[in-house]
Amino acid sequence: MNTEELTKLRHTAREALRLREGQLPTDGFEFHVLVCGGTGCVSSGCKSVRNALVDEVTKRGLEQKVRVIETGCLGPCNLGPIVTVYPDGVFYHKVTADDAVFIVREHLEQGRVVQGLLYRSPETGQLLRTWPEIPFFRKQRRIVLRNCGLIDPLSIGEYIARDGYAALPRVLGGMTPEAVIEEVRKSGLRGRGGAGFPTGVKWDAARRAPGNPKYVVCNGDEGDPGAFMDRSVLEGDPHSVLEGMAICGYAVDAAKGYAYIRAEYPLAIENFQAAIDQARAGGLLGRNILDLGFDFDVEIRVGAGAFVCGEETALLNSIAGKRGEPRPRPPFPAQCGLFDKPTVINNVETWANIPPIITNGGDWYAAIGTEKSKGTKVFALAGKVINTGLVEVPLGTTLREVVCDIGGGVKDGKKLKAVQTGGPSGGAIPAEQIDTPIDYEALAALGSIMGSGGMIVVDEDTCMVDLARFFLEFVQDESCGKCTPCRIGTRRMYEILTRLSQGRAQKGDVDLLIELAHVIKNSALCGLGQTGPNPVLSTTANYRHEYDLHALEKKCPTGACPMRIKPAQARK
Amino acid sequence: MAQLVDDYDRESLTCFIQTHRNQPASLIQVLSHIQQTAGYLPKPVLVEVSEKLGLSLTEVYSTASFYAFFTFRPRGRHNIVLCNGTACYVKGTGAVRATLERELGIRAGDTTADRRFSLDVVRCLGCCALAPVVMVDKDVYAGVDPAKVPEILNKYQ
Repeated sequence: MNTEELTKLRHTAREALRLREGQLPTDGFEFHVLVCGGTGCVSSGCKSVRNALVDEVTKRGLEQKVRVIETGCLGPCNLGPIVTVYPDGVFYHKVTADDAVFIVREHLEQGRVVQGLLYRSPETGQLLRTWPEIPFFRKQRRIVLRNCGLIDPLSIGEYIARDGYAALPRVLGGMTPEAVIEEVRKSGLRGRGGAGFPTGVKWDAARRAPGNPKYVVCNGDEGDPGAFMDRSVLEGDPHSVLEGMAICGYAVDAAKGYAYIRAEYPLAIENFQAAIDQARAGGLLGRNILDLGFDFDVEIRVGAGAFVCGEETALLNSIAGKRGEPRPRPPFPAQCGLFDKPTVINNVETWANIPPIITNGGDWYAAIGTEKSKGTKVFALAGKVINTGLVEVPLGTTLREVVCDIGGGVKDGKKLKAVQTGGPSGGAIPAEQIDTPIDYEALAALGSIMGSGGMIVVDEDTCMVDLARFFLEFVQDESCGKCTPCRIGTRRMYEILTRLSQGRAQKGDVDLLIELAHVIKNSALCGLGQTGPNPVLSTTANYRHEYDLHALEKKCPTGACPMRIKPAQARK
Repeated sequence: MAQLVDDYDRESLTCFIQTHRNQPASLIQVLSHIQQTAGYLPKPVLVEVSEKLGLSLTEVYSTASFYAFFTFRPRGRHNIVLCNGTACYVKGTGAVRATLERELGIRAGDTTADRRFSLDVVRCLGCCALAPVVMVDKDVYAGVDPAKVPEILNKYQ
């Protein structure tokens, strides 16, 4: 394909998608029925819903009028399986296979909306017809998730119809590499994997670094327990990541990219591979892209189950077929990365931000967010909250807006205790700080981190000592063993926390725990070890009284810890 | 899906390994393929991998033992994966685990004597909104409570 053919294809593809903007297209279709096929909805049974829809449509001879499309994740996982009917955008939730048959007969044949499957506003009690009216979506701003749940991820045409592969020809056809990097720098985009390093600066360093060939890597090793943003993007809009990587390839002069995706995400791997194949077939990847003289190709590397591989140097080792152990930085991957060559490594969400930044300009992106944290961030909202799922909000949105307005508040009328961000590398932000605007600096000031986007809501029934013990168990389990502070130090921390939770605390245990935490934070080799003690540091800072209660009175205020276990039994 | 232990086709594995001759960077892909087709990493096959890819057996073992997905013992016909991520933990994965271990008569990480099931506990399957989550082969079960366990197990023979 060359640019002219791409424009033509975009035109045809847009025509077919007009139905989803509420207009009737010329291809004869009257309805598009979108079924959410994200992993969340798959587990609530969306496959049988889809099959029932297709069967009933066929049975009633509506194939020429109705298209059933399986999309990626739309976000509100607890409402699944989700079915949306266009051109009106009517949103049905918790649909069963029987309901699906009913939707075909009532809505598609008779034109009557099935009232019983509409979402009822918990505030006003009103039935809401379309998804943007639902409180869960109202405060969201979807840039990364712009296509998730709205297009068929297996169709490159639908991606192209929604301005996909518009940025790539613009870059290849008329921008210098420096201008591309300048646009990314201007946008203020920072690494969405958690560390928040300015993306433009990273690209610039890789461009200037001597050495050939150079590489572009996508970090899709989303291992943080409680996070699934990257999976949803890879599943629901894989082309956006590919396009972002190709743009970077041009900017830093790399011809080869790797996408490292964890093996736990089979659907993400499948959809991403399909996207690669389609892009290659369409001349958007491979040799001489769009006849504009640029070569770039991407290959998937499947992870093999090691959390530490989310750390960039460990991940690069893993791609090279070695143990996924980190190494000291500097040199940074931008100078010496994959196969010891200059490498740009960015997270899935970062990549998905690139095409809209190029299309709309860096200034457009920089106008969203706070002074130092620009743009939006996707969070995986879970835990003891009413509405769970994926949400994307402008940075600077407060935790309260996310948890209470979008999340609908704490489940079962319980009291909010804390919000854990950043997974095992982050901290618990106490309920009193809920009006904090979310940005990199504000979360760091509270002893937590932005992290990759996991957001776990914790209610009054959760014991903070037990929560810290859970995270430390994770860290010591996933420690690769290369450096002593992490390998032995986190083990000792875990032992102390276990003693506390069993009522076997020794004198000075809490102080020792905090001391250890500081030492490990300052001396561990990589990010996993350095941030591993954060859950302890943040919970001891804000909930010291709970620790003291466990240590001195051998009591757990929530009853979550098995305090009554005798030491002899506990050792088993 | 993992097959019975002694079923694996040694010849086709040899062919596959051959395609990665002298490519040490392909080690993890090769190991993944063997794990998927044979259900584990049999020692004679690892010896072959080391010879063909140009690595020492120690290097092969060092990499293989690092990653949770590789096992040196045969797996069951059906692989049960219990999620112990934060959201699942907060929502009570512990009771589900206890029931699974009791029903199967094995501990996490083991395989039943009839090789019907293997049981693993992992950190996060990324379905946090639907916690607690159990995955059997490629099927995902959401909001699992201990009472649902026998019904789920019965589906797999």
